[in-house]
Amino acid sequence: MEFFSDNIINLVIFFPAIAAFVLFLIPDDAKNTVRRLALVFSLVPLVLVIAMWLDYNANFRGLPGFAFEYQAEWLPLLGSTYHVGVDGITMPMFLLTTLLTPLAILASFNIEDRAKLYMVLFLIMETAMLGLFASLDLLIFFIFWEFGLVPMYFLIRIWGSADRVYASFKFMIYTMAGSLGLLLSIQIIGLATGTYDIPQLYDLWVNLSGGTLPVVGLSTDTVKWVAYIAFVIAFAIKVPIWPFHTWLPDAHTQAPTAGSMILAGVLLKLGAYGFIRLVIPMFPEQAHITAYILAIFGMLSIVMGGYAAFGQWDFKRLVAYSSINHMGFVVMGIAVMAFVYGSAYNVPEWTGDAIMATNGAVFQMFNHGLSAAAMFFLVGVIYERAHTRDLKKFGGIWTVLPVFGSILIFTSMASLGLPGLNGFVSEFMVVRGSIGIFPLYLALSMLGLLMTGAYILKGIGATLHGPTKPEWQSLKGQDMTLREHLVIWPLMILMLSLGLWPQWIVTFINDTVVWLFS
Amino acid sequence: MSEETLTLMTWLIPAGPLLVFFIITLFTNRNRTLSWTLAWAGVIASLVLSWTVVANMVGLDVHELAHHPVQYASSIDWLPFGPCPPQEGGNCTLWLDMGVAVDALTAIMLFMVPLAVFMIFVYSVGYHNYGQPRGMIKGVPNHGQEDPLFSRFFALMSLFAGAMLVLVVADNLLLLFVGWEIMGFCSYALIGFWYARDYHLQPGDIPHIPPRQAARKAFMTTRIADVVMLLGIVLFYRSFGTLNFNEAFTLHGFEHAIAGIGLGGIALMPLLLFTGTVGKSAQWPLHAWLPDAMEGPTPVSATIHAAAMVSAGIYMLLRIFPLVAVSLENNPEVGWIIAGIGAFTALMAATIAVAQNDVKGVLAYSTISQLGFMIAAIGVGGYIAAAFHLITHAFFKALLFLSSGSVIHGMEHGAMHVHDHHTDPQDMRYMGGLRHKMPVTFWAFLIGGMALSGLPFITAGFWSKDEIFAHAYHEFTHGNPLGLVVLVMLGLAAFLTAFYTTRQLAMTFAGKPRTPLAEHAHESNKFMTVPLVILAFFAIVLGWLGIPDHFLGQDLGQINFVHHFVLTTIEEPMIELHEAGLTPIDVHEEITWSWVPLITSLVVALGGIGAGWLVYGRKPLQKEQPDPLIRAFGPLHTFLNRKWYWDELYHVLFYRPTVWFSETFASEWVDKGVVDGTLHAIANIVYAIGRYCKRFEEVVISGGVDKIKDGFLYFARESRLLQSGRIQEYVLYSGLIAVALAFMMLFVSIYGGMEWLRGLF
Repeated sequence: MEFFSDNIINLVIFFPAIAAFVLFLIPDDAKNTVRRLALVFSLVPLVLVIAMWLDYNANFRGLPGFAFEYQAEWLPLLGSTYHVGVDGITMPMFLLTTLLTPLAILASFNIEDRAKLYMVLFLIMETAMLGLFASLDLLIFFIFWEFGLVPMYFLIRIWGSADRVYASFKFMIYTMAGSLGLLLSIQIIGLATGTYDIPQLYDLWVNLSGGTLPVVGLSTDTVKWVAYIAFVIAFAIKVPIWPFHTWLPDAHTQAPTAGSMILAGVLLKLGAYGFIRLVIPMFPEQAHITAYILAIFGMLSIVMGGYAAFGQWDFKRLVAYSSINHMGFVVMGIAVMAFVYGSAYNVPEWTGDAIMATNGAVFQMFNHGLSAAAMFFLVGVIYERAHTRDLKKFGGIWTVLPVFGSILIFTSMASLGLPGLNGFVSEFMVVRGSIGIFPLYLALSMLGLLMTGAYILKGIGATLHGPTKPEWQSLKGQDMTLREHLVIWPLMILMLSLGLWPQWIVTFINDTVVWLFS
Repeated sequence: MSEETLTLMTWLIPAGPLLVFFIITLFTNRNRTLSWTLAWAGVIASLVLSWTVVANMVGLDVHELAHHPVQYASSIDWLPFGPCPPQEGGNCTLWLDMGVAVDALTAIMLFMVPLAVFMIFVYSVGYHNYGQPRGMIKGVPNHGQEDPLFSRFFALMSLFAGAMLVLVVADNLLLLFVGWEIMGFCSYALIGFWYARDYHLQPGDIPHIPPRQAARKAFMTTRIADVVMLLGIVLFYRSFGTLNFNEAFTLHGFEHAIAGIGLGGIALMPLLLFTGTVGKSAQWPLHAWLPDAMEGPTPVSATIHAAAMVSAGIYMLLRIFPLVAVSLENNPEVGWIIAGIGAFTALMAATIAVAQNDVKGVLAYSTISQLGFMIAAIGVGGYIAAAFHLITHAFFKALLFLSSGSVIHGMEHGAMHVHDHHTDPQDMRYMGGLRHKMPVTFWAFLIGGMALSGLPFITAGFWSKDEIFAHAYHEFTHGNPLGLVVLVMLGLAAFLTAFYTTRQLAMTFAGKPRTPLAEHAHESNKFMTVPLVILAFFAIVLGWLGIPDHFLGQDLGQINFVHHFVLTTIEEPMIELHEAGLTPIDVHEEITWSWVPLITSLVVALGGIGAGWLVYGRKPLQKEQPDPLIRAFGPLHTFLNRKWYWDELYHVLFYRPTVWFSETFASEWVDKGVVDGTLHAIANIVYAIGRYCKRFEEVVISGGVDKIKDGFLYFARESRLLQSGRIQEYVLYSGLIAVALAFMMLFVSIYGGMEWLRGLF
């Protein structure tokens, strides 16, 4: 039992990879076996995470530092260890990842082409994502970061739609381009301090000041700035922050349904997580000075993302742009965190603002993961039946698919941020936290919040409303299947329950964030 | 009953309808009978609980109530918001609390909302032709047949009612906003209830937009206001440190807030929040959605116009009244803005209503106008006058809407009888003579119309409007010129109100039927007529609860129940604030009796009714006879008939630029042009370098390396992952370059060699 509880975190991270290996041994044509096994395997990490959740709640809540830490010798030559652990910010991300992966796998049961490879890639990706969220070592972090790219590249490249070559390539190269600077900066940090251990670097690297760095022969300040910018660009591409966002609509539009679910649901969070876990704690001064720039780009993401989403006529592209709009709020929250975390003055009111904004940003990450995954799934459901995503071609679908229509409206409303559902709570928290720090940018971003309504209603109106066009009469009786219900209901239940009673998750975040700011 | 029981009951008030929404949606939507029975049960539960609470409130002594304005309050921790401030130890968690509270203002709403909603629910069963053969086409009106989406209607109406009740019992601004927005969603879903409906309009028809467009317009217009209101809410939270009304609106709370954001910041807050009211209560410039909201089924119109939605805007403004009052001390322009928008809207909407032909259209503009009355009253500090008019208006407007729905129902029956599917059954020009065909509806409509016109002494509308005039006049005599502006503009609006209401009554009910539709119209079923009778009763007697203490200069004792009861809500904090010099409003100041406002009321009401009678009633319109006002006013009439062209203006000014900015600028120019253009340019450069390297490699290095490359390509081909040759090279070279570059950098940083590279930094 001791071994189990000590290693539960490793089990969670690597179980999917092991499962992927097991799947690999099954013959290609046993598709149903592969699917069911993949689903069952993917449920194991979810159960483990729930166990971790309960344990964390009982034993680690409110304590500083990390829980379930595990550290092992790995690359002593470089000073890198295999170091993982979780805190209140990681836990929701763990839950999100382990929840969305089984749902994505369930959503992919209709994949016929190379089903085994598909499932294997999903499970490998889960390991990469979980590993990244748990990493407490920069090199480990980077390895998982790069590792997560590959399966997604192939998922888009092989199972994507017509323009998949361009989209997958853009996704891969763009993210790689960002990683380049990240890798370099990580090396410099490691060489300057002799360690890659993140908790140690919070001290060592941050307090490194003045003079020149011995190994590179540049002033510490310059190196910090260069490294900071490299980190920011890498994560900004991933979030994505406007104007680094154009890979996203292409990738989403071309990716298979489940790929989009994971891409929007989890992969985008890696970028935001990088900001919260690495950028701000390791570069507080730089982040403080440039916080307003981040806020401006957060505002632009909200506003331009909202407008661009409204301008789309491809339903999936519309939903993809909505991610930019929603993640803009995460960026806005992070900007407030950056401003206050690195501020030399201790203004109690600012700290309060920053805690709220950071809570909101993390919670918004979770909420967007739910609603974006659900939206992409529903677009997939209608695409499978109508074989189009063109909003101009739809019309009157509600009459022929009443259950689908009502579920689409519910999910859209969660995405729109209707109070009573989850998205509103986190948006409110970010807005509340930002009003005292960046009132102007916040006020401008309200324009984007307005457009959120516009594009959501455009999506609902164009698909569901209006007289049923003759070509869709044949959809009658093809309403959602049991499998599709099983995918969407957990998400809907979470959206509603978090909207009504958000504290079961926010207290986790709050405890850690409060500790961060104390 | 004990206080705990009553507090628990307060929590449960919204629960019934909310629960019913989920039950109908998930379980009983196939069983219509069960669905409407459940909907009734939910709202009856709310009604019983509400009235029990209200009865207990009313039983309390007003002086005691003034000391403890909040009676049944409790709250729970809802959202953690960081650590406690240092003065409280700093080791606990700071929570945002959610809770309920009942004070006198809540109580009068709790009296009105469930009753009005219940009446509407009863009516709806008949309106959707329960028990008739089932209609076949979803999402359009099936005249004379039971609506195929009957259950969905009751589910959404229950959610609507539940949300309104949440808003009413909320003890904080955020919970209020939750109810507020859910109502926004419900209005969207219900205005667009007939989502598949399209109009095939003939020239001369009343212009209609399809319900789905009307729904979107309603949601988007109110959302403009809501995002601004959200800013107001968070500013409120940051300044007061709480969202709870009763914690914030104390002397201490205000001092804290003023110390934080200054008087200017305090004055900004009511304006941000007021913007929410402008949207929700359909005030200029965000009024355009409400008339189009008539595209929903009539019970929905009644809910939006009377029981919920638009009342919510006024209610919120009343809730934050101390904030408005404090702003007035240093920023009187806040009062000018609020009262100005209210008075202008009241007058503008009244002029539009004069020239409308849609029986519901007239009522829609009358709602906008009447809400303007309330807002103007709040702008001049008339807290109680506004609250009183809110309640009386809710009853007579619900009555009017349900009556008009009954008229339309009757006309539709006529249309089916004569197989005429082109004549608009809502067009008053095609009515006439319905008085004898639909007697109950006629009397109900007449009572509602007279209440709206402010028929002196009998109707509720008279007393509440009179209170607004009295307050405005009082303000004017005490040195506030705004009072005169409001009095004059509202007086004109009230005159027009009486005029267009009489016109409407005459065009609908007087004379002879002008079409076969009206000829064959007949009275609606009992489900529809019984609620009319009940509402008509309240449209009259409610006014008697608000007769001024010093009416006609006599000392009548404390007969103005509404005044004394509602005042308790804000009495103590307002006195405290006034004594501290934070607000100019003294709620203990007696409104001295004067003949001026009374005579104004009498003149405008009787004058308007009389003028209406002269033009439309004495000689009712004949078949095909145009409206006498068209000849008299010409282009002005067209201007009013087209609603001052606001819709057209907004379309050009806002809608089209937004679409252009979204589709062309943001998507095409910026994303595909600038951003992707830059990316492609970079990619092309890298590709060119790659090609150069490839040639270099082919010429200089051959043999061994080629084999390695072949090996790579072979692998790639075998795995069939990369199928296009160009792309494959592209990936290969870019990847190789990236890796090479990375290693070079690593090498540099480790060994510190290559001085020239270091210069790059």
